[in-house]
Amino acid sequence: MKELIIISGKGGTGKTSLLAAFAALAEDKVLCDADVDAADLHLIMNPEVQERHDFISGRTAVIDPQRCTACGICREMCRFDAIDENFRVNPIDCEGCGVCVHFCPEKAIDFPLNTCGEWYLSETRFGPMVHAQLHIAEENSGKLVSLVRREARQLAEKRGLGLLLTDGPPGVGCPVIASIGGASAVLIVTEPTVSGRHDMQRVIQLAEHLKVRPMLCINKADRNPAVSREIEAFARSKGMAFLGTVPFDPVFTYAMVNGQTVVEYAPDAAATRAVRDIWQTLKVQI
Amino acid sequence: MIISIASGKGGTGKTTVATNLAVALGNGVQLLDCDVEEPNAHLFLRPTLSPAEIVTMPVPVVDEDKCTFCGQCGEICVFKAIVVLGETVLPFHELCHSCGGCMAVCPVDAITEVGRELGVIESGHSNGVEFVHGRLRIGEAMSPPLIKAVRARTRPGGLTIIDAPPGTSCPVIAAMKATDFVLLVTEPTPFGLHDLKLAVGAVRALGLPCGLVINRADMGDDRVRAYAREEGLPILMEIPFDRRIAEAYSRGELVVTALPEWKPKFVQLFEAIAAIVNHTGAKSV
Repeated sequence: MKELIIISGKGGTGKTSLLAAFAALAEDKVLCDADVDAADLHLIMNPEVQERHDFISGRTAVIDPQRCTACGICREMCRFDAIDENFRVNPIDCEGCGVCVHFCPEKAIDFPLNTCGEWYLSETRFGPMVHAQLHIAEENSGKLVSLVRREARQLAEKRGLGLLLTDGPPGVGCPVIASIGGASAVLIVTEPTVSGRHDMQRVIQLAEHLKVRPMLCINKADRNPAVSREIEAFARSKGMAFLGTVPFDPVFTYAMVNGQTVVEYAPDAAATRAVRDIWQTLKVQI
Repeated sequence: MIISIASGKGGTGKTTVATNLAVALGNGVQLLDCDVEEPNAHLFLRPTLSPAEIVTMPVPVVDEDKCTFCGQCGEICVFKAIVVLGETVLPFHELCHSCGGCMAVCPVDAITEVGRELGVIESGHSNGVEFVHGRLRIGEAMSPPLIKAVRARTRPGGLTIIDAPPGTSCPVIAAMKATDFVLLVTEPTPFGLHDLKLAVGAVRALGLPCGLVINRADMGDDRVRAYAREEGLPILMEIPFDRRIAEAYSRGELVVTALPEWKPKFVQLFEAIAAIVNHTGAKSV
């Protein structure tokens, strides 16, 4: 089974719009949204949720005021300043390490499990989809990313589908590392801006560090043709597969407003043709 | 006063707003780029950066001569970052959250701490702005401790602007908690609106006042404005889609430099924020 993840480093380069277009073009695939912090793919895929599951991970300390003698040991030992002067734990600051629970002489601190989010098995007009939503201000996004990828893989195996198309998160930190480790390849979508180029270079380094093959395409390429050419030359000098460019086109926004992919909304637009060309090359590459 | 600039969705224009707001105000305003995974503000401010200072977090090392292999360190660690196997103790530093539990629980003081590198902090001056950013080491998963280290550079008593990372989870919380105002930069598209709602949820979980900047305000639909009305969120600035702004951005130029007529608009944006903060402050006293 092949697993392709779309990432970008910088946000807003068009990861989700491109992945949605590929979803309309690819056959025999499972869709997966690994941007669990701010998942958007469902806004285009309009999934019918078949199964809904809680994502339970980590714990939060809760001090029972009845049993607490205000001795102060927990506040002294908490390295995350999560316990206030009235011996209440701020759940946003609590790291869930349990040090206070262990050292409380009165055993006054409970340590319940957290429900940090939900994940879903769904059907869409383009096939099955696994997606999730981390609750607001929660931790453990990397673990939820690993979970949705694992579920997507199992679903693909069960249905005999040979491809996982995964929408990744921005950045290079915990959820991105969890998104791309062990994947067949990553497609990096960048844009011809100084930020796009800077962030692309960092995410290429991350892919190399994790030994995942990076491929590159440029969205909104006509915004700054000179920077686009530099990015393409950079990719080729690194021996990366350069899959092509997509021109800036408001059809991406119009399609999104309509809850559609560009392939459905504007099949003959220049941008859609460019996306098709990239998909044809990509299919061969993976 | 500390103003954090966040968005939920990436690529909506946080860095554009943060850098232009800082430069429009000048006068030694501080700009902390807390998007340590992908810091970009320096590309627009172009300060001469100080030598990089390495930021570390404490992780355990075990003196096996003292260790009795009692296993208590492995039992207290909920992150499975230290494991005792027979006559060996294996710390897994990349899983460690630096809670200090293993060191505190060890009955024979066999555990000490060393620093594990998270990334670097660099600082500099440019255009009347005092600039600091963090850069996460490639392959490092834990950005919140580095964000906290950048925020520890906040100059008390002054005006500090924080460029936050995208999303709504722990790195964003680390960047915007305990700030006086959160400026949410959004775009009027379905993705922009969806992620804005998540960001507003995070801001409310922290109990902070917030307002909106709508970028590329004439592309998309009207649902962001309708949402702002329903929720009583003030729209403090709208930036229309302008080819000249997009091109200046692509080259790493500030809007206030390329199109100087924007400078007073960013000053007005600050004044609107200051009015809300002062009003909120007066109410809470």
